[in-house]
Amino acid sequence: MSTVTETGTGSTSRGNSSVAPQGGSRRSGWQRHRSWVLPVAGAALALVFLAPYIVMLLNSLRPSSDVVQTPPTFFPREWQLSTYSQILTDERFLNWLKTSVIVAGSSTLIVILVSIPAAYYTARFRFPGRMAFLLLVLVTQMFSPTALVVGIYREWFNFNMVNTYAALILTNAAFNLAFAVWILHGFFASIPKEVEEAANLDGCSRFGTLRRVMLPLTMPGIVTAVIFTFIAAWNEYVVALTLMLDESKKPLTVGITSYVTGYEQHWDQLFAAAIVAIVPVVVLFAVIEKHLVGGLTAGSVK
Amino acid sequence: MPDQQSSVVAAGSPAATTAGGADGAGTPSRGSGVRTRGRGGARGDRASLGSALLWLGPALLLIAGVVVYPAIELVRASMSKFSITGLRLGDAGWTNYTNVLDHPLLPTVLVNTIVWVVAVVALTIVISLGVAQFLTKDFRGRKLVRWAIIVPWAASLVITAKTFVMIYDFYYGTANLLLSKFGLGPVDFLGSDTWIMPSMILVGVFVSIPFTAYVFVAGLGAIPRDVYEAARVDGASPFQVWWRITLPLLRPALLVAAVLNIIYVFNSFPIIYTLNDRNPGFSHDTTITFMYKLAFKSAEKDVGMSAAAGVFNVLLILVVVMVYLRFTRWREETA
Repeated sequence: MSTVTETGTGSTSRGNSSVAPQGGSRRSGWQRHRSWVLPVAGAALALVFLAPYIVMLLNSLRPSSDVVQTPPTFFPREWQLSTYSQILTDERFLNWLKTSVIVAGSSTLIVILVSIPAAYYTARFRFPGRMAFLLLVLVTQMFSPTALVVGIYREWFNFNMVNTYAALILTNAAFNLAFAVWILHGFFASIPKEVEEAANLDGCSRFGTLRRVMLPLTMPGIVTAVIFTFIAAWNEYVVALTLMLDESKKPLTVGITSYVTGYEQHWDQLFAAAIVAIVPVVVLFAVIEKHLVGGLTAGSVK
Repeated sequence: MPDQQSSVVAAGSPAATTAGGADGAGTPSRGSGVRTRGRGGARGDRASLGSALLWLGPALLLIAGVVVYPAIELVRASMSKFSITGLRLGDAGWTNYTNVLDHPLLPTVLVNTIVWVVAVVALTIVISLGVAQFLTKDFRGRKLVRWAIIVPWAASLVITAKTFVMIYDFYYGTANLLLSKFGLGPVDFLGSDTWIMPSMILVGVFVSIPFTAYVFVAGLGAIPRDVYEAARVDGASPFQVWWRITLPLLRPALLVAAVLNIIYVFNSFPIIYTLNDRNPGFSHDTTITFMYKLAFKSAEKDVGMSAAAGVFNVLLILVVVMVYLRFTRWREETA
């Protein structure tokens, strides 16, 4: 995928652009202009997708009273940077942040520990029920916890675990297992069997082979799975909204909405908290962007 | 892909699966799972069920405990009566189901759901197709554009939705500020019966495009270059090339994106729940938010009835999943 259309020849045919595929002047005209038309169009496209987040950022940099003032202005009438230091010393915010870190971190750890053996084994061996297992994983992937949220609530209610980190962690882990299993399964399956056999001949046990030979080779897959799971758990909303009723145990996604309620309206804090909540995950996401596309196109190379 | 956060990134998750779907060659992931069965040992050694259970055990436990068990609890709750504090009072038979079916706003909620899913998925696919074709071109700054586009995918849906609440605000919102520059508006995006659905759909499309465009970028990359060369030699026009070659060869990716988006958009919760927050009642809800509000937000806190609605939702999703599985088999047979 990295070798996309070097030349105009390739890309004109692909695009739905109005450019004639061959012949003289029109094409060379396009060749001359595409070097600036495409970047300009790209910038416009990027701007569209960033627009709400630019509004978010600008709103976090102005006092709440300036956010809700008529007529509205795009840029702050009055700049205010102190909101960030305000929320970073706000105990409520720090509690939400703590929950998000604990829940996302623990869920990710569980997912990785559980998915590595499952992915490795299904990629390497045939056994009765193998297909049933993979199908089960596929189906859980299709079910977001949203549709099952009443059942999830009943389960933790029965176990008297509403309002506990453990309930949220286990729920996040279970529903994000599928992605990790798929991506790791793909990586394990792509490693030639001979690599493993060589390790076996050299006296490595099955587990030793996995740890010393296979895992290092699947590092990109593990990193991708880790980041994906972490982001998914970090961003999870509906289960946290339902289970975490205690103000101090809410994660960021649920907590920050209480900056703006019928009783208090701290728009500046809401948007500053939003920036703090999304910047790390956007950066992480950008890190695996390449692997993500790689994962998406991996099969096509074969 | 709205509830993709669970949704979006859930949105992320199909990425791996789509790999299989998008390429037509079958990734190791699902391809091997379904297809090599019966070829026994072509790749991979035979193993016993016992040792398999050892390696898959933790995953099975987790799925059984936190996916299957809640599903059973959901069905059980749908046939139970509950006190307002959530204690189970006894059997309710089918009353919860009949209560859902007799709910005066059910037809409205169903229409909303259909409009929401069809509009968001259709618009997402059409726009993502254009975005993806643009992204496969080579130009300076392409990487930055790709990073910009993943932001709505990576960001929490509820936070994005909350930002849109401000953008759509009647008095203070950026949307009306923009409209006023063109001498239009102001529009009560979230408060008027006419505008709320289109406003929510726009956000739904906005957050669904990144994932979908990435699936299409992968699909486009999987089309062999020589096919295009051949078409050009034969003198095909750019439109003919697109219509007769790109689109048909992109069909697996299109189908995967469509089915996964249908599931995610149907499951979407944060956007509708957040943008529709200030409107009372159920008149702008989909079946998912309707279900949620029945149990956790309405005056009655009717867990049983909500569970019954949940069972309907789960059955609907199952139907789509079946279609998805069927389609992937179709792909394997023709591949």
